[in-house]
Amino acid sequence: MFGLLGPNGAGKTTLIKMLTTLLPPTRGTASIGGLDILRQPGEVRRIIGYVPQLISADGTLTGRENLLIFSKLHDIPREERKPRIDDALSFMGLVDSADQVVREYSGGMIRRLEIAQSMLHRPRVLFLDEPTVGLDPVARNSVWEHIAKLQSEFGTTIFFTTHVMEEADALCQRVGIMSSGKMAALGSPAELKAVLGKDDATLEDVFIHFSGDILDTGGGFRATATGRETARRLG
Amino acid sequence: MQLQQGARLPDGWVESAPAPSASPWQPFVRFLYKTLVIAELELRKLRHDPTELFTRAIQPAIWLLLFGQVFAQARGIPTRGLRYLDFMVPGILAQSVLFIAIFYGIAIIWERDLGIVQKFLVSPTPRAALVLGKALSAGLRALSQALIIYVLALFLGVKMNWAPRALLGVGTMVILGAAGFSTFSLIVACVVKTRERFMGIGQVLTMPLFFASNAIYPISIMPHWLQVFSHLNPLTYEVDAFRALMVAGGSSEFGLPLDFAVLVGLTTLLVALGARLYPTIAR
Repeated sequence: MFGLLGPNGAGKTTLIKMLTTLLPPTRGTASIGGLDILRQPGEVRRIIGYVPQLISADGTLTGRENLLIFSKLHDIPREERKPRIDDALSFMGLVDSADQVVREYSGGMIRRLEIAQSMLHRPRVLFLDEPTVGLDPVARNSVWEHIAKLQSEFGTTIFFTTHVMEEADALCQRVGIMSSGKMAALGSPAELKAVLGKDDATLEDVFIHFSGDILDTGGGFRATATGRETARRLG
Repeated sequence: MQLQQGARLPDGWVESAPAPSASPWQPFVRFLYKTLVIAELELRKLRHDPTELFTRAIQPAIWLLLFGQVFAQARGIPTRGLRYLDFMVPGILAQSVLFIAIFYGIAIIWERDLGIVQKFLVSPTPRAALVLGKALSAGLRALSQALIIYVLALFLGVKMNWAPRALLGVGTMVILGAAGFSTFSLIVACVVKTRERFMGIGQVLTMPLFFASNAIYPISIMPHWLQVFSHLNPLTYEVDAFRALMVAGGSSEFGLPLDFAVLVGLTTLLVALGARLYPTIAR
């Protein structure tokens, strides 16, 4: 699990949009699962899932219909559709409300439905843009529980952005901190805390440290941290 | 940023990418299938909340019952042998189709603001299929208008042409017209990107298209400069086809082949352009 942190306007959503082929990078490129986002956008779309920041399930349709449409768009064979949709519904705890229109769902239920939608085709990387924003603590926990379960069951790499440091600290093997469009720090939460040299440093301290002026403090670290970490797989 | 994954897939993995087929038609079939899925989505929405279809029926009813009844008294309009109401009914169908289609862009902007567009764009769906699917669903919506106008026309004593081929022709033209103008609307939405700007532009576009056409009066009574504009207006050709096919004794001024060619050409061109612009709305 990879958490992308950074103050508002740091470029987190822009980065996600580039990686999900929604926005062409002004320069450079990236690869996901060995596929280049610029040269093979169609193939990239087959192996990723994406849940945008805002509520994006269709409110006028039922949960099941939302899943059905996306199973078709993702070319899931006809005979597999129903079992996968049923699976997704029970996995996300939505069986009882499957045939209710989404307008009547709670915020947490909608988020879980959206994650189910983006997981139907078993993507290798799942992008979640602030998945818990606007949710109450109970809903938030249940969303994270389901994401964690998903990750352990399918081995999906989860790439998410958040403003909640505790979430990133507890869940991520690696985090990146962005500031003014640049990656100011990259590493495991423990590594980043160690950089501050304080015993009781929290990820929040790290965040404040790196999202400040990266030219003064972050540059040197960035080089070492990225160098050390590139070999390791994300998530 | 490195997102490279190891060659080994995790356990329990299911590869869902379909095996490539040898058939040369495969991409075409896929495209058509995805288009229909998008249209299915819109139809399902409509099934859950069909009130829109009924509120949409009010406007053509007002035109036919108020405007039409009054103008039926005027004798100065050359209608090529038709009663004025008979002359007007095809025009009002074209108008309803135009009004349904031209504000389609609002829905696109709405979906963009919610993040729905983004999610569709991240799925492996050809852009042109997304655009054509939307266009097709506008066409299906517009068909419901045709039904309502046929009922109204019956009620007003207009003699309709019930030949199956004529009905099929009207249905096809309704879908083509709605598809063309809704894609035009989608393109405008992709350019202006906000609802407020779109509302203003939508109004500015609809009225000239409607009044500079042969919908409620023939082109021959227009001043010359407006006649030129009318001949360039695709709505004119849509109305012309309706006029030939909908009412008993109706005839086409430009010929049905030209009417359909104009609309098919327009829709194809706009869908191609829309497919290029649609991804920009998500940026």
